[in-house]
Amino acid sequence: MALLQINNMRKSFADLEVIKDITLKVNKGEVVAIIGPSGSGKSTLLRCATLLERMDSGELIYLDKKAAYTDDSGKAVYAPQEILKQVRGYFGLVFQSFNLFPHFSVIKNVTDALVIVQKKSKEEAYSIGRELLAKMGLSDKENAYPYQLSGGQQQRVSIARALALNPHILFFDEPTSALDPELTGEILKVIRDLAAEHMTMVIVTHEMNFARDVADRVIFMDDGVIVEEGTADQVINHPKQERTKAFLNRFNN
Amino acid sequence: MEWSVILNKLAEGMVVSIVIFVLTLLLSLPLGLIVAFGRMSRNFLLRNFIKLYISIMRGTPLMLQLMVVYFGPYYVFRIRLPNEYRFIAVIIGFVINYAAYFAEIYRGGIESMPVGQYEAAYILGYSKTQTFMRIILPQVIKRILPSITNETITLVKDTSLAQVISVSEMFTQARAIASREASVLPFFAAGVFYYIFNYIVAFAMEWFEKKLSYFR
Ligand SMILES: Nc1ncnc2c1ncn2[C@@H]1O[C@H](COP(=O)(O)OP(=O)(O)OP(=O)(O)O)[C@@H](O)[C@H]1O
Ligand SMILES: [Mg+2]
Repeated sequence: MALLQINNMRKSFADLEVIKDITLKVNKGEVVAIIGPSGSGKSTLLRCATLLERMDSGELIYLDKKAAYTDDSGKAVYAPQEILKQVRGYFGLVFQSFNLFPHFSVIKNVTDALVIVQKKSKEEAYSIGRELLAKMGLSDKENAYPYQLSGGQQQRVSIARALALNPHILFFDEPTSALDPELTGEILKVIRDLAAEHMTMVIVTHEMNFARDVADRVIFMDDGVIVEEGTADQVINHPKQERTKAFLNRFNN
Repeated sequence: MEWSVILNKLAEGMVVSIVIFVLTLLLSLPLGLIVAFGRMSRNFLLRNFIKLYISIMRGTPLMLQLMVVYFGPYYVFRIRLPNEYRFIAVIIGFVINYAAYFAEIYRGGIESMPVGQYEAAYILGYSKTQTFMRIILPQVIKRILPSITNETITLVKDTSLAQVISVSEMFTQARAIASREASVLPFFAAGVFYYIFNYIVAFAMEWFEKKLSYFR
């Protein structure tokens, strides 16, 4: 079953065409890794998929909800706000720079949206929050504030915050890029554990070994298009396209 | 004149100064936030109107603004206002002036917030109002508190400007007594009063800043 379907997405910033006709489907339980050189449009693709950015044309469908379609004139038309609000409830996003709320304690970061957005009781929200913090190995940090945590711990809190809302699909935009190298492992382990539980995830990453291990499908993007797509073995170990080979070569050296 | 009478007069003036101070803060702090929204509005007319208002408030002396608010209705519209209007005019004058300064402080604070905070709240499903009230405003308040403290301390001293339209605040009283008694002591007493007032204000603001130091 497709949780996410993107059809013919296009996006430009002024004269710069960043996403050029991308079509992408994500099935339930799938882990998709997106790789590609800097500036190829990976973040923009994720931002359009998560409604942070408006695409110029294309179709965006989550489960049964059409968030956007292209009208006769070729322009993207977005669904009304009520529908988009429901659609936002279908996915979560983990940012490269965490974006935790600095004035909230760890547990409040994780539970506030449960109470404010999903209208759950504080008790229920806290029990969900504590369970997730335990899973992230952060039980002893529930009353800490973000500035008191390491980058890796902050990123784990932000993953717990996203998971708390029980999304169908979780997006990651380079979740380890802002971390010191010795801290990336703890985040990658968390994502691996989620993959083992069949959490549907789309992960933009520069960690080739990680992509190879965790992804059911790898997408190589360059210059706003999907150049190559397939299993990790196909794309990373045996790339067919010259551009993919060149990128991976640069990466290995 | 008896010293007790002098002190009494000064105390009366002191109460007036404190009332001006408190009312101005209570009204201009929220009004400033609304003005800041107008200043950042996408509506061209509103934005530029607010911009003009702020530049006039900051570009002309507060003393003159108080006179315009007090004498304006009569000289421009020939409206006679009761004697109580004197005090109301002081409050109006102070509030519209301080709201303009506070608006620029709020705006600076709001614009300095990283966009990631808005984006995280959006993804989590917060409405615009929830995002502002729960996520943005508490952080903005922490950021702008030092500037608010500065303005507040200036306000304590500015209350003495109410004398231009003969509202008998502290300084007006001190001057009246000084000329009657041919003594500078009342001025000295007034100075001590402003200093103590500001000492308390600074202490309160410091306490508030400490209260907000639980996060960074
Ligand atoms: N808001 C924006 N305004 C203008 N140009 C933008 C904007 N966001 C992205 N771009 C441009 O779009 C292109 C694609 O950027 P994007 O961030 O999607 O790349 P990326 O593949 O995520 O790169 P990286 O690996 O460095 O994160 C770049 O040329 C970038 O400069
Ligand atoms: Mg990026």
